[in-house]
Amino acid sequence: MSRPASNAAAKPVFKWHILVFLAPAVLVYTAVMIYPLFNTLRLALYTTIDRERVFAGLDNFRTLFGDPNWSGQFWNALGNNFWFFLIHMLVQNPIGVALAAILSSRRLRFAALYRSAIFIPTILSFVIVGFAWKLILSPIWGIAPGMLDAIGLKFLYAPWLGKEEYALTTLALVSVWQFVGIPMMLIYAALLSIPDEILEAGECDGITGMAAFWKIKLPLILPSIGIISILTFVANFNAFDLIYAAQGALAGPDFATDILGTFLYRTFFGFQLQLGDPNMGSAIASAMFGIILIGVCLYLFVIQRRLRSYQF
Amino acid sequence: MTNSRNSLRSTIAAHAVLLTYVVIALFPVVVIIINSFKTRKAIFRDPLGLPNADSFSLIGYETVLKQGDFFLYFQNSMIVTVVSLFLILLFGAMAAFALAEYRFKGNTLMGLYLALGIMIPIRIGTVAILEMMVQTGLVNTLWALILVYTAQGLPLAVFILSEFMKNVSDDLKNAGRIDGLSEYAIFFRLVLPLVRPAMATVAVFNMIPIWNDLWFPLILAPAEETKTLTLGSQVFIGQFVTDWNAVLSALSLAIIPVLVLYVIFSRQLIRGITSGAVK
Repeated sequence: MSRPASNAAAKPVFKWHILVFLAPAVLVYTAVMIYPLFNTLRLALYTTIDRERVFAGLDNFRTLFGDPNWSGQFWNALGNNFWFFLIHMLVQNPIGVALAAILSSRRLRFAALYRSAIFIPTILSFVIVGFAWKLILSPIWGIAPGMLDAIGLKFLYAPWLGKEEYALTTLALVSVWQFVGIPMMLIYAALLSIPDEILEAGECDGITGMAAFWKIKLPLILPSIGIISILTFVANFNAFDLIYAAQGALAGPDFATDILGTFLYRTFFGFQLQLGDPNMGSAIASAMFGIILIGVCLYLFVIQRRLRSYQF
Repeated sequence: MTNSRNSLRSTIAAHAVLLTYVVIALFPVVVIIINSFKTRKAIFRDPLGLPNADSFSLIGYETVLKQGDFFLYFQNSMIVTVVSLFLILLFGAMAAFALAEYRFKGNTLMGLYLALGIMIPIRIGTVAILEMMVQTGLVNTLWALILVYTAQGLPLAVFILSEFMKNVSDDLKNAGRIDGLSEYAIFFRLVLPLVRPAMATVAVFNMIPIWNDLWFPLILAPAEETKTLTLGSQVFIGQFVTDWNAVLSALSLAIIPVLVLYVIFSRQLIRGITSGAVK
């Protein structure tokens, strides 16, 4: 905590009000967030034998990465998680940028209306989104096959959520559908902050339309795209709700949609016949922490430094 | 004029793309809501049709209101969201004021410490949080959720609010000091009213993730009397999976409160995002 600082003129008296202002936030934050975070990292080094917690060093990690019972699941979840992230980067962010670019064009009518409507899926809970798409894609109800039939593409239909090879991609696309509003809004804000003079200067040099987007606007919004990428990364490697709502804790079919969040939940909380194991759970959480930390550091120290920010 | 024809064409193209995407974004929501008002037969025979006199039915809603305790779930969600937001704003603004206003040893360090949580998700610490809540007997109480959401919301709140508080004029605060106001009075009576727009932004940013969270209600408060609306509808739908009327009605009931909140706060939310508060 802060110590009293002798401020300019007065004699060094302890400034109680600083303590009072800081204490509630620091206490709640430390007790409920920082302490449990480190405690989880610590618990990963223990194991439970006969209901007693004993120190086990890195054994849990050895089990997680080496024991075939565990490592298969772990690498499967990690691989699926990377695929999940990749789809977001390749589909969600380009669509978001494209929508923002169209929305920010000058003299576009109803821009506010479009913006609000496209943002609606983002405010819905994963439970609603997961079930709604499950129903729509369901072969029983027949909305998806019916609609494909109407445009003569019925042969393309498959029970996407039930097939191992499609389920994860389908869920990633559902998640893209839900969250496209966020990159759209952030890029839209970045595009609006580009001063007109720069665009007009480009126009004088004959750079308009698509060329203006690629040559002037895109370089200027790269820092925002960087922020969106790291936000997407953290959100994806910590995702759980959508998979749980749509496919349950077993992340079916046959773990094809298992990601680190669902794997962590099953391991530490237990599910059906499997008993919960807080220590292995902590080990998985620590691995997730490591991955997120690597991503954030990569962003802060490598990517962000290369992106030039312009202040207008 | 080729130029104006070109611009007309690109305007039409822009509207076409945006309209298409609006349809993609809203289609699932609309399908769920219109089908929740239809009979079971009509749901399957004509899933895209609007309910008419023949196919209109509220049977799904009757089942939901009879079987599920949706009013209780709604009330729980309301309590958790409102109390968490209140604590985030109060504690966050107090800490932000301390960091922005006073120069003391460790100020920068404290700011960095509080900012750590912006990038690191609190879910990583779930195992230890559950253990702590079990030890303190807070499991299956709404307080467990409120504490977790408060801790989760504080880092960003302190960060955004302290940026705004640095802009509050020093003359005003010093005038207050000369008039004999205590530091507390300066904070509550002079500074807080001036940063109200920033507080609204913070509130709207936190509101939706708290209301929609499934992870912590599932782990910390799964008891019947503490279920939030999100968890309650998840469990309800899981149990009534074959009763399509009930499932669709439950989904609609879960959508409506969020939509109402969105309609009320969307201007605030969009202004918050686009004003660069998260840059």
